[in-house]
Amino acid sequence: MNVLEAIGRGVDNRLAYVGGLTIQFWSGLRSTRHVLPIAGKRGRWRAAISQMAAIGVDAVPMVGIMSVCAGFILAMQVGSELRRWGALQYVMDVVAVGFTRELGPLLTAVVVSGRSGSAFSAEIGTMAVTSEIDALRTMALDPIEFVLAPKYLAALITIPCLTILSSAFGILAGAGFMYISTKTTLPMYLRYIYNSIDLHDVFTGLLKSFVFATIIVNVGCIEGFRTRGGPDAVGRSATTAVVRSTYLVILADVFFTAIFYLVHKG
Amino acid sequence: MKDPIISIDGLTVDYGGRRVLDAVNLDIERGEVIVLLGGSGSGKTTMLRHIIGLERPDSGTIRVRGIDINRCAPRELETVRRSMGVAFQESALFNSMSIEENVSLALRELTTLADPVIEIMTYMKLAAVGLGESGRRLPQELSGGMKKRAAVARATALDPEILVFDEPSAGLDPIVAAGLDDLILLLNRAFRMTILVVTHELASAFHIADRIAMLYNGSLIAVDTKDSFRASTQPRIRQFLDRVADPITESPIVENHLRELAGMAEAKA
Repeated sequence: MNVLEAIGRGVDNRLAYVGGLTIQFWSGLRSTRHVLPIAGKRGRWRAAISQMAAIGVDAVPMVGIMSVCAGFILAMQVGSELRRWGALQYVMDVVAVGFTRELGPLLTAVVVSGRSGSAFSAEIGTMAVTSEIDALRTMALDPIEFVLAPKYLAALITIPCLTILSSAFGILAGAGFMYISTKTTLPMYLRYIYNSIDLHDVFTGLLKSFVFATIIVNVGCIEGFRTRGGPDAVGRSATTAVVRSTYLVILADVFFTAIFYLVHKG
Repeated sequence: MKDPIISIDGLTVDYGGRRVLDAVNLDIERGEVIVLLGGSGSGKTTMLRHIIGLERPDSGTIRVRGIDINRCAPRELETVRRSMGVAFQESALFNSMSIEENVSLALRELTTLADPVIEIMTYMKLAAVGLGESGRRLPQELSGGMKKRAAVARATALDPEILVFDEPSAGLDPIVAAGLDDLILLLNRAFRMTILVVTHELASAFHIADRIAMLYNGSLIAVDTKDSFRASTQPRIRQFLDRVADPITESPIVENHLRELAGMAEAKA
């Protein structure tokens, strides 16, 4: 195989992947209505509820601990610099804005990608290698609608909720730091935070969380659907799902942050 | 051949530059039990996957109930799939669901039947394969034979016209395998289902088949009644029926040496 052929093949594979991801995204988006309570197909919402528990409720301790730690680290790092300039109160602004706009959505996405993205891929990959996906298709049931849609709906609801929770935990960790260093009480701290965050910051963070949810579910699921072979292939798919979804989440974060920066500046 | 329910014409499939199926023609008559025989790698699973619409061929057509399944509208394909039940080799039961949930899935998703009716129908389907009291168990709690029967119950949930079995006897002891063969015949005789069985188990094939088709290296080398098939003088069919092995190694010298070492001499020149 010559160099040009190798490059062509690589480009072809990546385009096929992006194409597959796009088609799956649209099919998933269209199918999500079938999972809604009342308007959806009967009993399908139950699958979405159990997914919400798995993606959201079960992730709360991990998101909470990571956000508290990250909030405290951020406050200490920024505080040590700002203290020299006599501007320690700005730690509150940095923590508040940093978490609502950036760290809340990103930390949540990394946690969910690691926990649930790999689980989606492993679950669907196992279904693929044991012919369960083929069985669905031969039963005239769409695997996207049946397997992906409940996960997607659950992620669209729980990941923004986890993002809000992550921001709250991070900001509360900042309160701990401020109390230790300046004896700022919690009500004072919260009043300050309330004044320093505007709705735009919250909106930015939530919009990102919807995009991250879409990436995590679609990458996790496509890696599962593409699994061929045996149990080792399932393991490889799970690893690939986490690596690719984390990578795409960071890229999307850069893209959206740049857009918001330009819009805000303009 | 009066009324083929499945009609395959010039089915050709290549995988990675290798021809797996080569211009296969086959008509399957309504209500018959046809067994697709062939050795490992002969292309029978590939052919089955094309017949049930899981793969698209490189060329050729597959018509099921007159509908070209590779060129029809999605709605038509859905109708075809509803008329076809498939029991996979590994059963392919959904592990997260109980047996009755597996069987009732298609009824819940594809019909507007009321829940009590679905429950009764599910029980009847399970009872018909001897699993009436095992509905609440999970697939991993069942034996191999029970899983296969549960897969049959699921495949028959919508009363399909066509039932497809991929290696139904694989991994089963002879008694359980014979029970499954009887179940296949029962479904065919009682409900006039057209049944396609892919297997390499000769005893099973001769027990259940009305006709036998044999694939060799991607080509269909015989389609005949079981008696004519049994009496065939075609060398490849005879080799299959008489269980004559291909050379073990690529080199006759190495094979002769191995046979001598193993005391299975009668060294060949």
